[in-house]
Amino acid sequence: MVLVYSDNKKLTIEMLSKAVEIAKQQNKKVTSAIIGKPDEKLAKEYISYGANQVFIAETNLESFKAEEYADILANIVKETDVETILIGSNKNGKELSARLGGKLNAGCIVDSNNIYVKNNKLMAERVVFSGNAIAVEQFNSKPAIVTVPSKAFDPLKKDDNRKGEIIKKKIDGEKSPSKILKVQEMKTEEVNVEDAEIIVSCGRGFKDKNDIKLIEELAEVLKGKTVGCSRPIAADLKWLSEDHWIGLSGHKVKPKLYIAAGISGQIQHIAGMRDSGIIVAINKDPEALIFKSADYGIVGDLYEVIPKLTAAVKEKMG
Amino acid sequence: MNIIVCAKQVVDVSEMKVDPSTKKPILQGVPHKISDIDKNAMEEAIKIKDKNGGKITVTTIGPSDAKERIKELLAMGADEGVLVTAPDNIDYHMTATLLAETIKKIGSYDMILCGEASVDLFSGQIGPRLAGLLNIPQVTYAQSVKAEKDKVTAERNMGDKAVTTESTYPVLITVTKEINEPRLPSLMQILATANKPIQEWTADSLSSGLNPLVETVELKGVPMERKNVIYQNDLDESVGKLVDSLAKEGVIGR
Repeated sequence: MVLVYSDNKKLTIEMLSKAVEIAKQQNKKVTSAIIGKPDEKLAKEYISYGANQVFIAETNLESFKAEEYADILANIVKETDVETILIGSNKNGKELSARLGGKLNAGCIVDSNNIYVKNNKLMAERVVFSGNAIAVEQFNSKPAIVTVPSKAFDPLKKDDNRKGEIIKKKIDGEKSPSKILKVQEMKTEEVNVEDAEIIVSCGRGFKDKNDIKLIEELAEVLKGKTVGCSRPIAADLKWLSEDHWIGLSGHKVKPKLYIAAGISGQIQHIAGMRDSGIIVAINKDPEALIFKSADYGIVGDLYEVIPKLTAAVKEKMG
Repeated sequence: MNIIVCAKQVVDVSEMKVDPSTKKPILQGVPHKISDIDKNAMEEAIKIKDKNGGKITVTTIGPSDAKERIKELLAMGADEGVLVTAPDNIDYHMTATLLAETIKKIGSYDMILCGEASVDLFSGQIGPRLAGLLNIPQVTYAQSVKAEKDKVTAERNMGDKAVTTESTYPVLITVTKEINEPRLPSLMQILATANKPIQEWTADSLSSGLNPLVETVELKGVPMERKNVIYQNDLDESVGKLVDSLAKEGVIGR
């Protein structure tokens, strides 16, 4: 069986399509797990996206703790014949997967966007060395755990005629001595860089927080409206909230057009945007690394280039 | 308070070159260092010890030359080091199992500190795997830690949410790069490491018959084929050409 779990619906639906493909090769079924309240509507939706079975682990846990969720998943694994486990690669999912791997003595690979079966072994590829290489990992364990980032796979077409079974079971897992005192939505500016078609990003080349309006204006005329940034702007200077941060520890994006202004092009940043369609770089240093990763580039002072570019795009777009 | 810091020796990715023909990374000759975020874990351990007293033991699983890296952490402020010599290419399961056995052998501990992930592979598995093996609470992605006598409270960055978690001891905490600024040891501190003990244990003496559950069968190069059309003369002309190119690519326009 291929077991799919994420606390994020969109990620679950994307993983279901890969799970169906792997299950076909292994001649197995796909089970999607829901932990928490018995949400039958959600269970039916997962079936319409390819799950043969939905296992609802009914719990009254108020908040996510990896210790408790790993115990619940371990219980599900014990009751069923699970060969492969796909878990959504948000932070909850990653800490959950690794703990589960420790508990079950199972191999685990995080952040894989290419999963397949070769010579009856599950294989998972992931980017390593800050984007300098792709490691091809082979599993020698059962179950095999893989975490999958958002947008790695396209969901199957929703089909309400798909049939599946819903199993509900109360599971009282181990309780962790830790306590969640407070959960607060991160301060965000309601941007979703991961879904954006056009992104204009800023980096250390910007001298002042107020200057970010230059790229906001460019993003506006490009009808992209989405502003991204490199690590220093979000993590160190905090000029923008972390939902703008693109890079290895930030968001990974693949818009059709990515414009990097005043970004030097550290590998950690490249790792977050390398899958973009067309990459444009604006930097005053002709030797800047970013130009090696760009389709088009302008060497020049961003304070001169961006207003001119904004005006030229405006004229072109009419 | 007895604190154990887990640290990893990694290749310095910023010094890594890529073979121009195969696009594969060249690993030979790349300098080694302590994974950056493990230094943040070390710094946090020192702050906690300064406030609460106790002892800091730093442990690493790696080749014998990793002893030099342990010395760097002793210079920062760790009291003792344990190096577990292990073959190359051990997987997450083997590393976490060896750490668990090492920690059991060290004996009593209140807190284990790790970086959220190592900067070479950035998987972030070791902390949670180890906590799972030891069956203790895990507090991940901590951006601030407040350790008191009977409990520890951490503010955690969980991506879309900020979560405050409290735990009793023993506990495993993973920290992010933002938690602090690791100190640079003074010359006196570097010299003083000569008097600090480093134990060397072999992997086999801790756990025999360990086999990898995942194996890296290949390291592939990453094709980065970009057009690299760079305009650098007259600015107005450059902007004009860029806009025309983007329109031809179909990424802008009506």
